[in-house]
Amino acid sequence: MTGWLASFLDHPATYLKWGWFQISISNLIVILIMLALFAAAILIKFPKGRE
Amino acid sequence: MSTPTHEMWTARLRGAWQRNLPIEKLLPDDQPAYVVSWIYVFGVATIAALGVIIASGVVLAFQGPAWYHTSDIGNFTNSMHFWSVQMFFAFMVIHLWGKFWMAAWRGNRVRTWITGAVAFVVSIATAFTGYLVQTNFDSQWISFEAKDGFNSMGVGAWFTVTNLGQMLLLHVAFLPLILGVLTLVHVLMVRRRGVVPPIDAVPGNMEVHK
Repeated sequence: MTGWLASFLDHPATYLKWGWFQISISNLIVILIMLALFAAAILIKFPKGRE
Repeated sequence: MSTPTHEMWTARLRGAWQRNLPIEKLLPDDQPAYVVSWIYVFGVATIAALGVIIASGVVLAFQGPAWYHTSDIGNFTNSMHFWSVQMFFAFMVIHLWGKFWMAAWRGNRVRTWITGAVAFVVSIATAFTGYLVQTNFDSQWISFEAKDGFNSMGVGAWFTVTNLGQMLLLHVAFLPLILGVLTLVHVLMVRRRGVVPPIDAVPGNMEVHK
Protein backbone atom coordinates (compact mmCIF):
# COMPACT_ATOMS: atom_id res chain seq x y z
CA MET A 1 0.00 0.00 0.00
CA THR A 2 1.36 3.43 -0.93
CA GLY A 3 0.31 7.06 -0.76
CA TRP A 4 -1.68 9.02 1.77
CA LEU A 5 -3.73 5.99 2.92
CA ALA A 6 -0.58 4.11 3.97
CA SER A 7 0.74 7.09 5.91
CA PHE A 8 -2.72 7.62 7.44
CA LEU A 9 -2.94 4.01 8.65
CA ASP A 10 0.72 3.57 9.60
CA HIS A 11 0.64 5.20 13.03
CA PRO A 12 -0.94 4.41 16.41
CA ALA A 13 -4.62 5.27 16.78
CA THR A 14 -5.64 8.63 18.24
CA TYR A 15 -7.85 8.29 21.32
CA LEU A 16 -10.45 10.58 22.81
CA LYS A 17 -10.73 10.46 26.61
CA TRP A 18 -13.46 11.56 29.01
CA GLY A 19 -12.41 10.44 32.51
CA TRP A 20 -12.57 6.65 32.63
CA PHE A 21 -14.04 6.41 29.11
CA GLN A 22 -11.82 6.35 26.04
CA ILE A 23 -12.41 5.49 22.40
CA SER A 24 -10.29 5.61 19.26
CA ILE A 25 -11.42 8.08 16.60
CA SER A 26 -11.65 5.24 14.05
CA ASN A 27 -14.01 3.22 16.27
CA LEU A 28 -16.06 6.35 17.01
CA ILE A 29 -16.41 7.03 13.25
CA VAL A 30 -17.59 3.43 12.61
CA ILE A 31 -20.20 3.69 15.41
CA LEU A 32 -21.42 7.06 14.09
CA ILE A 33 -21.75 5.60 10.56
CA MET A 34 -23.77 2.67 11.97
CA LEU A 35 -26.08 5.06 13.88
CA ALA A 36 -26.50 7.13 10.69
CA LEU A 37 -27.35 3.95 8.72
CA PHE A 38 -29.88 2.96 11.39
CA ALA A 39 -31.54 6.39 11.26
CA ALA A 40 -31.51 6.38 7.45
CA ALA A 41 -33.08 2.89 7.35
CA ILE A 42 -35.99 4.17 9.44
CA LEU A 43 -36.42 7.59 7.81
CA ILE A 44 -35.81 6.89 4.10
CA LYS A 45 -38.81 5.52 2.27
CA PHE A 46 -38.39 2.06 0.73
CA PRO A 47 -39.14 1.92 -3.03
CA LYS A 48 -42.56 0.46 -3.76
CA GLY A 49 -42.51 -3.26 -4.48
CA ARG A 50 -44.68 -5.14 -6.97
CA GLU A 51 -48.35 -4.66 -6.24
CA MET B 1 -42.84 -57.20 13.36
CA SER B 2 -42.70 -53.93 11.47
CA THR B 3 -43.74 -50.68 13.15
CA PRO B 4 -46.85 -49.05 11.66
CA THR B 5 -45.88 -46.19 9.37
CA HIS B 6 -47.72 -43.54 11.38
CA GLU B 7 -45.62 -44.29 14.46
CA MET B 8 -42.24 -44.18 12.78
CA TRP B 9 -40.05 -41.21 13.77
CA THR B 10 -39.64 -40.26 10.12
CA ALA B 11 -43.42 -39.94 9.70
CA ARG B 12 -43.76 -37.98 12.95
CA LEU B 13 -40.92 -35.66 11.92
CA ARG B 14 -42.45 -35.17 8.45
CA GLY B 15 -45.85 -34.39 9.96
CA ALA B 16 -44.41 -31.94 12.46
CA TRP B 17 -42.40 -30.20 9.72
CA GLN B 18 -45.45 -29.92 7.44
CA ARG B 19 -47.64 -28.57 10.24
CA ASN B 20 -45.11 -26.00 11.45
CA LEU B 21 -43.24 -25.01 8.31
CA PRO B 22 -45.14 -25.80 5.10
CA ILE B 23 -43.34 -24.96 1.86
CA GLU B 24 -45.51 -21.82 1.40
CA LYS B 25 -44.03 -20.43 4.63
CA LEU B 26 -40.53 -21.65 3.87
CA LEU B 27 -40.37 -20.03 0.42
CA PRO B 28 -42.94 -17.21 0.48
CA ASP B 29 -43.56 -14.90 -2.49
CA ASP B 30 -45.29 -12.17 -0.52
CA GLN B 31 -44.78 -10.28 2.72
CA PRO B 32 -46.97 -8.06 4.92
CA ALA B 33 -47.11 -4.37 3.96
CA TYR B 34 -45.06 -3.27 6.97
CA VAL B 35 -41.99 -5.15 5.65
CA VAL B 36 -41.60 -2.40 3.01
CA SER B 37 -38.91 -0.63 5.06
CA TRP B 38 -35.11 -0.46 4.86
CA ILE B 39 -34.81 -1.62 8.48
CA TYR B 40 -35.94 -5.11 7.40
CA VAL B 41 -33.03 -5.32 4.92
CA PHE B 42 -30.27 -5.67 7.51
CA GLY B 43 -31.01 -9.29 8.45
CA VAL B 44 -30.51 -10.52 4.92
CA ALA B 45 -27.55 -8.13 4.49
CA THR B 46 -25.95 -9.90 7.47
CA ILE B 47 -26.48 -13.28 5.80
CA ALA B 48 -25.02 -11.92 2.53
CA ALA B 49 -21.92 -10.74 4.40
CA LEU B 50 -21.68 -14.16 6.06
CA GLY B 51 -21.72 -15.74 2.60
CA VAL B 52 -18.75 -13.59 1.52
CA ILE B 53 -16.94 -14.45 4.77
CA ILE B 54 -17.38 -18.19 4.20
CA ALA B 55 -16.44 -18.04 0.50
CA SER B 56 -13.28 -15.96 1.09
CA GLY B 57 -12.44 -18.08 4.15
CA VAL B 58 -12.60 -21.29 2.11
CA VAL B 59 -10.19 -19.77 -0.44
CA LEU B 60 -7.82 -18.69 2.35
CA ALA B 61 -7.95 -22.17 3.90
CA PHE B 62 -7.10 -23.88 0.61
CA GLN B 63 -4.33 -21.46 -0.41
CA GLY B 64 -2.71 -21.03 3.00
CA PRO B 65 -0.69 -18.30 4.75
CA ALA B 66 2.26 -18.45 2.34
CA TRP B 67 -0.16 -17.30 -0.35
CA TYR B 68 -2.25 -14.75 1.50
CA HIS B 69 0.73 -13.04 3.10
CA THR B 70 2.80 -12.67 -0.06
CA SER B 71 0.75 -12.44 -3.28
CA ASP B 72 -1.39 -9.48 -4.33
CA ILE B 73 -4.48 -11.63 -4.91
CA GLY B 74 -3.81 -13.34 -1.57
CA ASN B 75 -3.66 -9.98 0.22
CA PHE B 76 -6.86 -8.95 -1.56
CA THR B 77 -8.68 -12.15 -0.49
CA ASN B 78 -7.36 -11.74 3.05
CA SER B 79 -8.68 -8.16 3.12
CA MET B 80 -12.01 -9.26 1.66
CA HIS B 81 -12.31 -11.80 4.50
CA PHE B 82 -11.51 -9.12 7.08
CA TRP B 83 -13.76 -6.37 5.69
CA SER B 84 -16.72 -8.71 5.09
CA VAL B 85 -16.48 -9.52 8.83
CA GLN B 86 -16.64 -5.78 9.60
CA MET B 87 -19.71 -5.46 7.36
CA PHE B 88 -21.21 -8.59 8.95
CA PHE B 89 -20.95 -7.11 12.45
CA ALA B 90 -22.16 -3.66 11.39
CA PHE B 91 -25.22 -5.12 9.64
CA MET B 92 -25.90 -7.55 12.49
CA VAL B 93 -25.76 -4.82 15.14
CA ILE B 94 -28.10 -2.55 13.12
CA HIS B 95 -30.41 -5.58 12.69
CA LEU B 96 -30.20 -6.08 16.48
CA TRP B 97 -31.04 -2.41 17.17
CA GLY B 98 -34.02 -2.57 14.83
CA LYS B 99 -35.35 -5.79 16.36
CA PHE B 100 -34.76 -4.58 19.92
CA TRP B 101 -36.75 -1.37 19.44
CA MET B 102 -39.61 -3.22 17.77
CA ALA B 103 -39.55 -5.84 20.60
CA ALA B 104 -39.19 -8.62 18.05
CA TRP B 105 -39.64 -11.35 20.68
CA ARG B 106 -43.41 -10.62 20.68
CA GLY B 107 -45.84 -13.14 19.19
CA ASN B 108 -44.16 -16.32 20.45
CA ARG B 109 -40.86 -15.33 18.80
CA VAL B 110 -38.69 -15.59 21.93
CA ARG B 111 -36.71 -18.55 20.53
CA THR B 112 -36.00 -16.56 17.36
CA TRP B 113 -34.64 -13.76 19.56
CA ILE B 114 -32.55 -16.17 21.67
CA THR B 115 -30.98 -17.96 18.67
CA GLY B 116 -30.09 -14.55 17.23
CA ALA B 117 -28.53 -13.42 20.50
CA VAL B 118 -26.51 -16.64 20.87
CA ALA B 119 -25.42 -16.41 17.21
CA PHE B 120 -24.14 -12.88 17.99
CA VAL B 121 -22.02 -14.20 20.88
CA VAL B 122 -20.67 -17.12 18.80
CA SER B 123 -19.83 -14.63 16.00
CA ILE B 124 -17.70 -12.63 18.43
CA ALA B 125 -15.81 -15.78 19.48
CA THR B 126 -15.32 -16.73 15.82
CA ALA B 127 -14.04 -13.26 14.94
CA PHE B 128 -11.62 -13.13 17.87
CA THR B 129 -10.16 -16.56 17.07
CA GLY B 130 -9.71 -15.20 13.53
CA TYR B 131 -7.40 -12.49 14.88
CA LEU B 132 -5.35 -15.27 16.52
CA VAL B 133 -4.77 -17.36 13.38
CA GLN B 134 -3.43 -14.69 11.01
CA THR B 135 0.06 -16.24 11.46
CA ASN B 136 1.82 -12.88 11.74
CA PHE B 137 3.23 -10.67 14.50
CA ASP B 138 -0.20 -9.14 15.03
CA SER B 139 -1.75 -12.50 15.97
CA GLN B 140 1.29 -13.31 18.13
CA TRP B 141 0.89 -10.02 20.02
CA ILE B 142 -2.89 -10.43 20.43
CA SER B 143 -2.58 -14.02 21.71
CA PHE B 144 0.07 -13.06 24.26
CA GLU B 145 -2.14 -10.24 25.52
CA ALA B 146 -5.27 -12.45 25.54
CA LYS B 147 -3.65 -15.34 27.44
CA ASP B 148 -3.37 -13.21 30.59
CA GLY B 149 -7.09 -12.46 30.45
CA PHE B 150 -8.03 -16.11 30.02
CA ASN B 151 -5.57 -17.25 32.69
CA SER B 152 -7.03 -14.73 35.14
CA MET B 153 -10.43 -16.31 34.53
CA GLY B 154 -9.00 -19.77 35.20
CA VAL B 155 -9.73 -21.21 31.74
CA GLY B 156 -6.29 -20.74 30.19
CA ALA B 157 -5.36 -24.43 30.39
CA TRP B 158 -8.52 -25.42 28.55
CA PHE B 159 -8.84 -22.54 26.11
CA THR B 160 -5.25 -21.81 25.13
CA VAL B 161 -5.11 -18.75 22.91
CA THR B 162 -1.39 -19.25 22.23
CA ASN B 163 -2.10 -22.74 20.82
CA LEU B 164 -2.32 -22.02 17.08
CA GLY B 165 -3.64 -25.51 16.25
CA GLN B 166 -6.50 -25.22 18.74
CA MET B 167 -7.42 -21.68 17.65
CA LEU B 168 -7.24 -22.60 13.95
CA LEU B 169 -9.58 -25.58 14.38
CA LEU B 170 -11.99 -23.51 16.49
CA HIS B 171 -11.97 -20.74 13.87
CA VAL B 172 -12.33 -22.79 10.69
CA ALA B 173 -14.37 -25.78 11.91
CA PHE B 174 -16.07 -25.79 15.32
CA LEU B 175 -17.30 -22.19 15.67
CA PRO B 176 -18.42 -21.74 12.01
CA LEU B 177 -20.35 -25.00 12.30
CA ILE B 178 -22.20 -23.77 15.39
CA LEU B 179 -22.77 -20.34 13.80
CA GLY B 180 -24.04 -21.96 10.59
CA VAL B 181 -26.53 -24.16 12.48
CA LEU B 182 -27.70 -21.22 14.64
CA THR B 183 -28.17 -19.03 11.55
CA LEU B 184 -30.16 -21.77 9.81
CA VAL B 185 -32.39 -22.34 12.85
CA HIS B 186 -32.83 -18.56 13.29
CA VAL B 187 -33.95 -18.11 9.66
CA LEU B 188 -36.28 -21.14 9.81
CA MET B 189 -37.88 -19.69 12.96
CA VAL B 190 -38.38 -16.34 11.22
CA ARG B 191 -40.05 -18.18 8.32
CA ARG B 192 -42.23 -20.17 10.73
CA ARG B 193 -43.54 -17.22 12.78
CA GLY B 194 -43.25 -14.61 10.05
CA VAL B 195 -41.64 -11.19 10.30
CA VAL B 196 -42.63 -9.40 13.51
CA PRO B 197 -45.20 -6.61 12.91
CA PRO B 198 -44.62 -3.05 14.18
CA ILE B 199 -45.84 -2.45 17.74
CA ASP B 200 -48.66 -0.14 16.55
CA ALA B 201 -49.73 -2.36 13.63
CA VAL B 202 -53.49 -2.86 13.33
CA PRO B 203 -54.32 -6.51 12.56
CA GLY B 204 -56.94 -5.52 9.98
CA ASN B 205 -54.49 -3.29 8.10
CA MET B 206 -51.84 -5.78 7.03
CA GLU B 207 -52.47 -6.03 3.32
CA VAL B 208 -49.98 -8.18 1.47
CA HIS B 209 -47.38 -6.90 -0.99
CA LYS B 210 -46.37 -9.36 -3.70
